[in-house]
Amino acid sequence: MHMADALVAPAVAGTMYVLSTGAAGVSVKKVREENDPKKIPVMGVMGAFVFATQMLNFTIPGTGSSGHLCGGMMLSAMLGPCAGFLTMIGVLLVQCLLFADGGLLALGCNIWNMAFYGCFVGALLIWKPIMKKGATRAKIILASILGCVLTLQMGAFSVTLETLLSGVTELPFSVFVATMQPIHLAIGLVEGLITAAVLVFVHEARPELLWGIGEGKAKEGKLSFKGTIVALAVAAAICGGAISLFASSFPDGLEWSMEQVAGTSELEAEGGAYETAAGIQETTSLLPDYAFKDSESAVGTSFSGIVGALVVVGVCVGASYAFRFFRKKDKSAT
Amino acid sequence: MNSIEKNINELNKLQNLQQRSHWMNELHPLGKLLLSVLYIFIVVSFDKYKVVPLIVMSVYPFFGFIAGELSFKEGIYRMRLILPLVLFVGIFNPFFDKQIVGMIGSVPVTGGVLSMFTVMLKGFYSVLAVYILIATTSIDDICYALRILHLPKVLAIVILLIYRYFGIMAIEADRIMTAYKLRAPHQNGIHYKAWGTLVGQWLLRSMDRAENVYESMLLRGFTGDFRIRKKKVRIADILYPIIWLLAFAFVRYSGFFG
Repeated sequence: MHMADALVAPAVAGTMYVLSTGAAGVSVKKVREENDPKKIPVMGVMGAFVFATQMLNFTIPGTGSSGHLCGGMMLSAMLGPCAGFLTMIGVLLVQCLLFADGGLLALGCNIWNMAFYGCFVGALLIWKPIMKKGATRAKIILASILGCVLTLQMGAFSVTLETLLSGVTELPFSVFVATMQPIHLAIGLVEGLITAAVLVFVHEARPELLWGIGEGKAKEGKLSFKGTIVALAVAAAICGGAISLFASSFPDGLEWSMEQVAGTSELEAEGGAYETAAGIQETTSLLPDYAFKDSESAVGTSFSGIVGALVVVGVCVGASYAFRFFRKKDKSAT
Repeated sequence: MNSIEKNINELNKLQNLQQRSHWMNELHPLGKLLLSVLYIFIVVSFDKYKVVPLIVMSVYPFFGFIAGELSFKEGIYRMRLILPLVLFVGIFNPFFDKQIVGMIGSVPVTGGVLSMFTVMLKGFYSVLAVYILIATTSIDDICYALRILHLPKVLAIVILLIYRYFGIMAIEADRIMTAYKLRAPHQNGIHYKAWGTLVGQWLLRSMDRAENVYESMLLRGFTGDFRIRKKKVRIADILYPIIWLLAFAFVRYSGFFG
């Protein structure tokens, strides 16, 4: 569900950055108020755990599609909504920089779609109310599946809205939504099951480490704090290593949705494309003799312009090589 | 090679690039970070039919790869994650935007084809720009730049810890996977009965290493904030991003390229 920079317009990206920054500001304030130095290494380990799981795609039987863990729900159940949200921001930033998974400009969108819903909605509206009177195995499974399904649905819906508002696709809203939501329902179920398995294990080992559960109801732990951290790392190892052997080569949910629609849609074009293209024709003519034949129609670009642009790029590429050559020469001379 | 090995290799390659002695690595990280963000911002702000200026905008990644002595192959390899998504988003446009906006010879060109092309270019450029940034700037330096921009301390520390813990976990995981495969050559994946013992050992070693890293940080004077020597701002640190930004502004707003 990671969005690339090409899918968002600057206005949409900016708006989502502002919203995500607001949520991050509140989270930082809350974490500072807690003043728990032990939390920082746990956030680091949990972040690495989510990072490992997000590298994997899980095949969804019967659909030909696959998805990967969002991780927001798991982080919020372990760390609480605020620390979980900050950890997810770290994960998304590192993923974007190191592995080009998600864009730098689209980071605000990705934080909102994956971290905000998973951590705040998942923790405060689903996990906490269910765990109000203490945690049981069944409750954890219910909260995990419900939380993952609902937050992933919200995230998928946001991806649809952000892409359409950015104007990069001509896909109608209804068709886009109708293909995005069902596939992410299946992904949510898979994520919910994996999240439930990890959280049930943590509950049995060190229930006091789960967030939002009454302390009086919590069972005595069988492992030390260090042991629980180790347990979390085991879960990371399972998700990051063992399951990766079965990582799917199928496209993820968003890609699958689009593939399905592109193969069946036959809708006619509509909107202001004609007028926009006509505007471009007037300003694009470096070599007008080589322009497109039908000057009466709305010409979006011209052959001459492209040739001119390629010449400019060619000159700059040559200059870059020359720059490198002379720089090396200077260096060897000194 | 499994996905963990590939990620470790990618990480190692990036770290080697970041540690090079190269003039682009020595530029101030704040300038490089802001330049990358603004480049992507300007690239995605182009209208969906503006092919010509978008082609000209390729000058920045070309310069970055050539002058920075970076591998085009590595840059293109990084597109594997976004390429399918961008292609699928763009591929819709010819189906829905069928207005013919011109002809190349006898072949009609529709608005959808043009917008598909621009979406793809935007996707490529943004990935390449981030690669130029991360290949010449370490995560520590990026966090330093973000701290100058008032990123909260706790968030900067978490980013650094995630980066360090991930590397440690991934290396341990890869070693255990290799050992398992050598002992069970005809099995398709790890048998579920072996998961507990196998992953348990993996976990213990990973956590030992992770705790060692964290304790080492404490022993080296880590007190909740990371100490990076303040980088002096040189004239080149200011000129480099400004020259590029002027060039971007010219392409974007002059109308010379349409």
